[in-house]
Amino acid sequence: MRIAAAFERAKNETRAALGLFVTAGDPDPKTSLEILLGLPDQGVDFVELGMPFSDPMADGPAIQAGSLRALKGGTKLGDVLAMARAFRDRHPEVPLILMGYFNPIYIYGVERFITDAVNAGVDGMIMVDLPPEEDQEFCLKARDAGLDFIRLITPTTDDDRMPVVLANSSGFVYYVSITGITGTRSASGDSIGQAMARIRDASDLPAVVGFGIRTPEQVREAAAHADGVVVGSAIVDQLAASLDDNGHATATTVSSVLELAKSLGEGRRP
Amino acid sequence: MNDQSPNASPMNSYRNQPDENGRFGIHGGRFVAETLMPLILKVEDAWKSSLTDPDFQKELDYYRKHYIGRPSPLYFAERLTAHFGGAKLYMKRDELNHTGAHKINNVIGQALLAKRMGKTKIIAETGAGQHGVASATACALFDMECEVFMGAEDVERQKPNVDRMRLLGAKVHPVTSGTGTLKDAMNEALRYWVSNAETHFYIIGTAAGPHPYPAMVRDFQSVIGHEARAQIIEAEGRLPDSIVACIGGGSNALGLFHPFLDDDSVSIYGVEAAGKGIETGEHAASLTGGRPGVLHGNRTYLLQNDDGQIEDAFSISAGLDYPGIGPEHAWLHDTGRVNYVSATDEEALEYFQLCSRLEGIIPALEPAHALAFIGSMIGDMDKDQIVVMNMCGRGDKDLGAVLPMLEERGKL
Ligand SMILES: Cc1ncc(COP(=O)(O)O)c(C=O)c1O
Repeated sequence: MRIAAAFERAKNETRAALGLFVTAGDPDPKTSLEILLGLPDQGVDFVELGMPFSDPMADGPAIQAGSLRALKGGTKLGDVLAMARAFRDRHPEVPLILMGYFNPIYIYGVERFITDAVNAGVDGMIMVDLPPEEDQEFCLKARDAGLDFIRLITPTTDDDRMPVVLANSSGFVYYVSITGITGTRSASGDSIGQAMARIRDASDLPAVVGFGIRTPEQVREAAAHADGVVVGSAIVDQLAASLDDNGHATATTVSSVLELAKSLGEGRRP
Repeated sequence: MNDQSPNASPMNSYRNQPDENGRFGIHGGRFVAETLMPLILKVEDAWKSSLTDPDFQKELDYYRKHYIGRPSPLYFAERLTAHFGGAKLYMKRDELNHTGAHKINNVIGQALLAKRMGKTKIIAETGAGQHGVASATACALFDMECEVFMGAEDVERQKPNVDRMRLLGAKVHPVTSGTGTLKDAMNEALRYWVSNAETHFYIIGTAAGPHPYPAMVRDFQSVIGHEARAQIIEAEGRLPDSIVACIGGGSNALGLFHPFLDDDSVSIYGVEAAGKGIETGEHAASLTGGRPGVLHGNRTYLLQNDDGQIEDAFSISAGLDYPGIGPEHAWLHDTGRVNYVSATDEEALEYFQLCSRLEGIIPALEPAHALAFIGSMIGDMDKDQIVVMNMCGRGDKDLGAVLPMLEERGKL
C-alpha cells in the first residue's frame, strides 16, 4: 500500500515521484546505510535497493563496480534484508523495493526470502532475470505473500508482448527507456512520451521511467510524461567519484550522494 | 536433425528433452532480462520452423559437407590402444573440421538461422577462441558483421585465434571485468545483446544459455554422434561400450552423447576440468564441485558460494574455464544416465604430449582432458571392448601456452 500511497501523494502535489537506486553495501555497509536512511529527507519518494550480484548481466560498468564493492565489503543477502528493516524502522511510509538477480535469492531459499522480506517491511521486488515465463519460480509466491512484483517494459516489448508482461505485474510499471543496460545512454523525451502513452493504454498502474536518466533536467523532462522517474547509475557514479584510491568512502561520500539526490528531487516538478 | 534414434521408445527416452518451457528436469529455462525475451522467442520460432523446412536442412547439409568437411572420420587409434593395453580406442576426428574444432558445426547452423531471420550482425562469446574463429569464419562466408567478446586473460593465452579472428574481419572485444575469462565474456556478450537486441543475432557457442539455445546447439552438434554411431557400427558391427568427451559448457559432449542416450549398453562419460585438483578449489568442475543455481539464462550446476555469488573457475584450458555447464548435462547428471568425472591440468598436459607423440595428432587441451580420463580407465577394460572419444579440437592454438609448461617440466 505504501507504493500506491506514494504515487497518490505525488499526484496530489502535481508532480512525479522520484525513485533512487543504490546498491546495498556500496562502498561499505555503514556508509551505505547512512546514505539509504538519508534519501527520504532529500525528497526521494521511493528507494530501489540493489541486492549485489557477482554477474549483473543487465548492468553497465557503474552498477557492476558498485556491486563488486559491496561484495568485497562482505555484504550478503541477509545484510540487505537487515538494511531494509533499518530503513523501515526509520521511514515507516516510504516504499522500499529490492532489485537484483535471482540466484542469490534462489540459494537463500525463495520461501525463506519472501518471509524475511515481508517481515523487514519490503514493499516490492524487481527481478531483472525473471521474465513472465518464469513466474512460478518467484513472482507468484511473492505476490501471494503481499509483495509487489514490478516488471520492466522495454522498447522491445511489442503490443503482443505487453499483456504478457503486465499480467502478473503490480505496484507500478517500470519502463526501461532504452534498449540497453544501465548507465549507458539516454532516451529522448518524445520516445518516453510515446511509450508512456502505450503503457497507460494497457495498464492502470503508475508508469515509471528509468535507465539513462542522470540530471535534474532529464528528471524534469521525463516527469512531464511519467508518474515516476528513477535515477540509478548517476547516483552510483557520484558515490564512486567520492571514493579514495582504494575505493573506500571519504568524508564527502554521504554528503555528495545526498546532495545529488536533493537536486534530482528538484526536477520532479515541471 | 529429426533425430529418431533407431531404438528410441518415445515414452521412456532420454532424448526428448526439454519440455516446451525449455526445462530439462529442474534445469534450463529462460532467465533473461525482458529486453531479450521477444528476441529469444523469435529465435525459437525460427529454429522450430527450420526443423521441418527441407530447404534449410538441404542448405545445412551442403555446408556441412562442402565447407566444414563432414563427415569427420572415426579413426582407430592403434598406437594409443597398444600403449594402454586395454579396450580399442576410436577417435571421432572433429579436429579435422574447417577451423579446427567442433564449434563450426553449431555456428554454421545458427548463422543460417540468422540469415533466415534477416539478421546480418552477429555477436559471439569465446573462451579458447575456437567459437570466435568459427563465428568470424561464418560471418566472412555469409557477409555478416561479427563482434566477438573474449576474456582479456584468454586473449593472451589463445593469441593465434585472436589473430585469426581479426584476419577474418571480426572485431574482438577483450573483456576485463571479473576474471577476464569465459564467464565474463558471456556477461559482456549478453550486455551487448541487450543493447543491440533489435539488430543482432547472438550465436551462443555451447549448449547453455536461455531456451532454445541448449537444445538448438545440441541438435546442431548431434551430427557428431549420428555419424559416430553409424561409423562404429560399420567398423565394428556393434555399438561402443563407452563414449567419452570433455565438457566446458558441454556442446561437443552432447553432440556425441545425444544419439547414444537410449542405448543402455553404452556407458557415457563427461570429463570436466579439475584444474589444480578438485580438493584445491581451483577447478572448473561444476557438476563435481557446484550446485544448482541460475546464471546466463538457465538453471544448472554452478560454482558458487553460500550466498549465491558465482565463483571463478580455473583450468589450464580456456575452453573449459567456465563455472557452469549446459542444463541438459545437469539433468543427465541428476538422472544418472551420464557419469561425470574430471581430469587435472597436469593430466591434460601429459596426454596432450602423449597423443602428439603416439598418434601424430596434436589434440586441443580440451579433448586432452577426455584422453586423460580414458588413460585412467581403458587399460582395465577387455581388449575386445570399444571406447569412442570426441577429438573435438586440434591443439595448434595451445602451443604458445603448452610448450613453456612442458619445457619447465623438463618434458621437451
Ligand atoms: C576444442 C574445444 N573443445 C571443447 C570446448 C568446450 O566447449 P564445449 O563443452 O561446449 O564443447 C571448446 C571451447 O572453446 C573447444 O575449443
